[in-house]
Parts: sequence; structure tokens; C-alpha cells
Amino acid sequence: MQAGTPLLEVKNLRVEFPTRRGTLVAVDDISFSIAPGEVLGVVGESGAGKSLTGAAIIGLLEPPGRVAGGEILLDGRRIDNLPYEKMRRVRGKEIGAIFQDPLTSLNPLYTIGRQLTETIVTHLDMTEAAARDRAIQLLQDVGIPAAERRIDHYPHQLSGGMRQRVVIALALCANPRLIVADEPTTALDVSIQAQIITLIKRLCREHGTAVMLVTHDMGVIAETADRVAVMYAGRIAEIGPVRDVIRRARHPYTEGLMGSIPKLGNVQARLAQIDGAMPRLTAIPQGCAFNPRCTKVFDRCRTARPDPIDVGDTKVACWLYDQAGKAAAE
Amino acid sequence: MIAFVIRRLLQAVLVMMAVGFVAFSLFAYVGDPVSIMLGQDFTEETRQRLVTDLGLDKPFFVQYFNFLVNAAQGQFGISYRLARPVTDLLMERLPATLELSFCAATLALAVGVPMGVYTGLNRDTWISRLLLTVSLVGVSLPTFLIGILLILVFSVVLGWLPSFGRGTTVALGWWTTGFLTPTGLRALILPSITLALFQMTLIMRLVRSEMLEVLRTDYIKFARARGLHNRAINFGHALKNTLVPVITITGLQLGGIIAFAIVTETVFQWPGMGFLFIQSVSSADVPVMAAYLLLIAFFFVLINLIVDLLYYAVDPRLRIDRGAAGGHGH
Ligand SMILES: Nc1ncnc2c1ncn2[C@@H]1O[C@H](COP(=O)(O)OP(=O)(O)OP(=O)(O)O)[C@@H](O)[C@H]1O
Ligand code: SF4
Ligand SMILES: [Mg+2]
Repeated sequence: MQAGTPLLEVKNLRVEFPTRRGTLVAVDDISFSIAPGEVLGVVGESGAGKSLTGAAIIGLLEPPGRVAGGEILLDGRRIDNLPYEKMRRVRGKEIGAIFQDPLTSLNPLYTIGRQLTETIVTHLDMTEAAARDRAIQLLQDVGIPAAERRIDHYPHQLSGGMRQRVVIALALCANPRLIVADEPTTALDVSIQAQIITLIKRLCREHGTAVMLVTHDMGVIAETADRVAVMYAGRIAEIGPVRDVIRRARHPYTEGLMGSIPKLGNVQARLAQIDGAMPRLTAIPQGCAFNPRCTKVFDRCRTARPDPIDVGDTKVACWLYDQAGKAAAE
Repeated sequence: MIAFVIRRLLQAVLVMMAVGFVAFSLFAYVGDPVSIMLGQDFTEETRQRLVTDLGLDKPFFVQYFNFLVNAAQGQFGISYRLARPVTDLLMERLPATLELSFCAATLALAVGVPMGVYTGLNRDTWISRLLLTVSLVGVSLPTFLIGILLILVFSVVLGWLPSFGRGTTVALGWWTTGFLTPTGLRALILPSITLALFQMTLIMRLVRSEMLEVLRTDYIKFARARGLHNRAINFGHALKNTLVPVITITGLQLGGIIAFAIVTETVFQWPGMGFLFIQSVSSADVPVMAAYLLLIAFFFVLINLIVDLLYYAVDPRLRIDRGAAGGHGH
């Protein structure tokens, strides 16, 4: 398990959307932590709540979505209930973010240099000139050739891959200790995806930055992450060290996901198809949310919801690993 | 850039020629200038001479061509009604109309843009709701009614402001200005408000909807994730991105203000071109009408040209610099 205090600690986080037809619970009582410098991969089908978890961490849930319960702690300090201005100073400075689409993440009307320097001077005590030097340095770090010239270019003058490098540079402006990267390569060409992932991995190792890496790509997880969280219907089905989760998947859902990966390191491997679809938020089944699709379902799964259970180094939310539950199954 | 300007100039010339055709057609279809100018007592000889002098014996297209050539030199003939050169008449009244339009446009922008920004940023406050409701009234009340109501309240009942005319004006060369005397300035207030109100509400609603649109974009979300100050996000990033559509509509509105001044000038007996036009219409004074049409068209074309150039200043994506452009996105 992790040593020392975690950098980020999410405790019993619950994200809700009040709607006319009742409250939708999109993230339901999830807990996990990220150690300094650690890369936590987050996988799960579309709609599992991955992005909302990331948005909750950086304090940018869009209303009417709201954190309805639980705590988010950074270095042991609660950040989920900070006033706007205090949280603004956390964003960008202590927690950086990388979004999915580099083509739309940059303001088209400003040069990339201006967007970098404004971020730098917002968070660091620097003059414009020093900030510009730092911006050039950052552009070089993320592998943009001729950074001194490129810095005065507008986003539309750069390719998608280059723009995502700029986005990464923007996330690194103030040397944050955590980066929330939500599908940072999904919008890019396959040929560029690997480069960007390698870049994020290298920079974060160099700077000791922890990463919460949301992705659909199990290959990326296998190559990059230290630990993995598998999300299903707003809950964490399984979380643990990457080798355990990938090689010895314990949760039936994770097993299904890993089914398509013949061996570790297959970069092309995507989430496997499991029969059926993840339930809508309005129709989450009673008991274990996975039970209509689970091949190992038994009585208890339909009535009671399993909480994460320690199994070796991983935590698994499945009744199969509860002694009493197992007994009932047999 | 230069090619662009030349193309726009050519388009402008075409538009002016088309409007010139319409204006010229007035001569053929509205009244008979010869009988209007001859009055009661004339001989066949004087009639013939007048026809030749006016060039009415020439073929249609020759007449049209001569009309355009004269118009391009600022020659629009003699007013039937006032027996003075049309150009002199328009020049005398141009300052009154332009000063009124300038004040109205400034007012519409100075109030409309901030109100639009405010209501866009603070969607659910009661002030926003109030402004939106009031703006509906502003859009739907006819201009002349607003003018009459204002006169009723501020001139008749309260007696604070004059209800007609320009007050005392000061001549600066051929330009007469109402800006330099207290009565001139006071006389501007009610007509300016009347003329501005419609455009003001339009601009406010436009800025508001553009703001709402831009605030939903990825680059605004990313700017928040970078921890920028709200001020920088709202005014530096969001407002600037609303400028392109706002400039377009506002530009068209400015042309509209000059044209709509007809109603306001009539209500306030403002000695401008619109008032002159209305008087000319009632006495079929075709040369004045034709010249007025052309002049208004000229203002529209000029404003459009300025709008196009402003795009260039605002949006770097339009400034195609091939040399610097890198590979484009996917
Ligand atoms: N504004 C909203 N109102 C209601 N429900 C919402 C809203 N935004 C998101 N949701 C719901 O929350 C759930 C989780 O969304 P989230 O974006 O976190 O999924 P995700 O795991 O990131 O999926 P993807 O892989 O497609 O990005 C989804 O079922 C979605 O329908
Ligand atoms: S709790 Fe039951 S239904 Fe859920 S995953 Fe485990 S075995 Fe399957
Ligand atoms: Mg997502």
C-alpha cells in the first residue's frame, strides 16, 4: 500500500444532479487516494462518472451538479468546501487539469504565449518577462520545436498534437503537485496518442507530479499507471495496483474488461464488450449495480449493495469476496 | 489583406450602383419633374428646353450613367420643392443627423454592452430578469411612441427638456454642432434616448446570448481550470470572443440608427436629413429622395467595410499568414 500521507484523498464523495423528476446520483459514495507522484488510472464505460469525479476534485462541477456528500482533501486540507476565490488559487497552482479536446481548450483569440504567461503570473510571483522565459522553457519541455518562435503563434497555427502539448504546458505552468487528465489523448490521432502519454509520464516523473489519468485505453493504463480504479455506474468496482487489477482482476466487471487483453502491454487494447449496457442513472438496479450483467450473480447481489472489501492490496466491491456472501453463494 | 480590401471595395461599388439604379428609377416613376418645375405658365419651347437641360430626352441608360457620374461627384441636381442644390440641402442637415446618430449609438453601446455582459454573467438575479423584461418592452414599443411618451413626461409634464429642435448651434466651417452649447446638448437628450432604445435592447440581448454561448465553451472551462481570475476570464477571454458577432450586428445597427433617424427626427422636428426626407416624400421632391437614399446606402456600405476590417483586428484566424502557419489539426 501507499506509504506516508496521501496527496489527494477522496472520502465518500457523492455527486448529485437535482432534476425535476428527483435527484440523480452520478457519483455515489466513492473513496480513493493518490500518493505524491503517483499515477492513478481511472477506467470505466462511458457515463461511469469518471469526468464528474475529476470535475469535483478541481471544483468545477457545472451546476446543477454538486458535491452532495463526502470530502476531498489535498494534503489533509479540505478543498471541496472552499470559497470560490480560495479554490481558484488551488486550481492551476496545486491541481492542474488537462481536458480531452486540445482543439477547443485554447482560446483562439490569444497567442499561446499570452495564455501561458497569464497563467504563470496569476500563480507565481513573476514579471511578464520572467514569465515569458518560463513559458518558452515549458514549451521546450513539452517538446515543441522552435519554442521562441512558436510562442507568438495562435492556436489555429498549431496541429492537434502540438496544441495538446501546449495544453500540457499550461497545466504545468505553476508546477502543480497533481494533474487531473481527462482522456488527454482521445481526440488525437492514434499515432500521436502514444507520444502524448509518454510525455505526460516523463514530465510527471521529472516534476514528481501525481496524475489522475482518466482513459478508455487499458494499454495506456498498463503502461502508465501505478494503480487503477475501475468505475461502474458511479461507484468504484475495484481499485488497486495496476498489475493486480490487470492480471488478477477480482471484480467480475473488471474481469470482463480485461478479457480482451491477451497480455500486459498491448497498447491497442480497448475496453472489452460485456453483454448488456451500463444502467442509466435513473434506473440503477437494487443491490449491486452490475448484477443484471454479472455472470456470477447470486441472491445477495440483488438486494444488498456491496461496499469495497480489502482483498490483498486491492479493494473490491463485490459480494464474492465477503466471507458471509461467499458462504451464502455456496 | 490588400486583396481582401479590394474585393470588399468592389462589392461596395456594386452595391452603390444597384442602389443608384433604384434611386434613379424614382425619377421615372415618381411624379413628372418637368411639369413640377414649369409650374402653370409655360410655352412648348421652354418645356422642350427644360427637357433637354435635364437630359430627359436621352436614352434610359445614358441618363442612368449620367446620374451615377454626377452622383459620384456629389451632384444631385436641384430640389423641386426648395429650388436649391440638393447637395447643399443635405450638407446643411448632415451634421444634425450624424450628431444625433453618434449620441444614440454611443448610448446604445455604452449601456447595451454592459447590460448584456451583466445579464450574461448573472443569469438568475432579479436585476437580470428585470432588465430582460424591460428590454422586451423596448424592442416591442414603436419608436415614435417612445418619443411621444418621453416628450409627454420630460417636456410637457416636468418641463425639464425641450421637445423639438436642436437648440443653439455653433458653426465650425460648414459643420454646425449642438455639442458646444447647453441648449444644444439638452436638446440632444430626448431624441438620442428615443433613437437608442431599440438598438440598446438589441445589443444587450445579443451580448447576453453570445456571453452565455461563450461561457459554455471548452476554453473558458479550461481557463477556469487554470485558476485565472474571474475578471480575466469574463472580460479578457469571454467578452473578447463575443466581439465578432457583436461587431457585426452593432455595425448593421449603426447603419440602422442613421436610417431610423427618420422617425425620431420627425417626432422631434430635428432638422436632420431624415426630417428633410419625409418632407421631400410628401411633396414628391425626387432629387432629394434619390440623394438621401444613396447617402444612406453609402453609410451602410462604409460601416460594413469598417466592420470587416475590425474582424481582422479581433480574430487572428482571419489573418492568414501562410509562412508561419504550421500543420493543421485533424
Ligand atoms: N448536467 C447533467 N445532468 C444530469 N446528468 C448528468 C449531467 N452531467 C453528467 N451527467 C451524468 O453523469 C454520469 C457521469 O458522467 P461523466 O461525464 O462523469 O461520465 P464519464 O465516465 O466521464 O463518461 P465518458 O467516458 O463518456 O466521458 C452520466 O451518466 C451522465 O449522464
Ligand atoms: S456483487 Fe454479485 S453481481 Fe455484483 S459483481 Fe459481485 S457477484 Fe456480480
Ligand atoms: Mg468523461
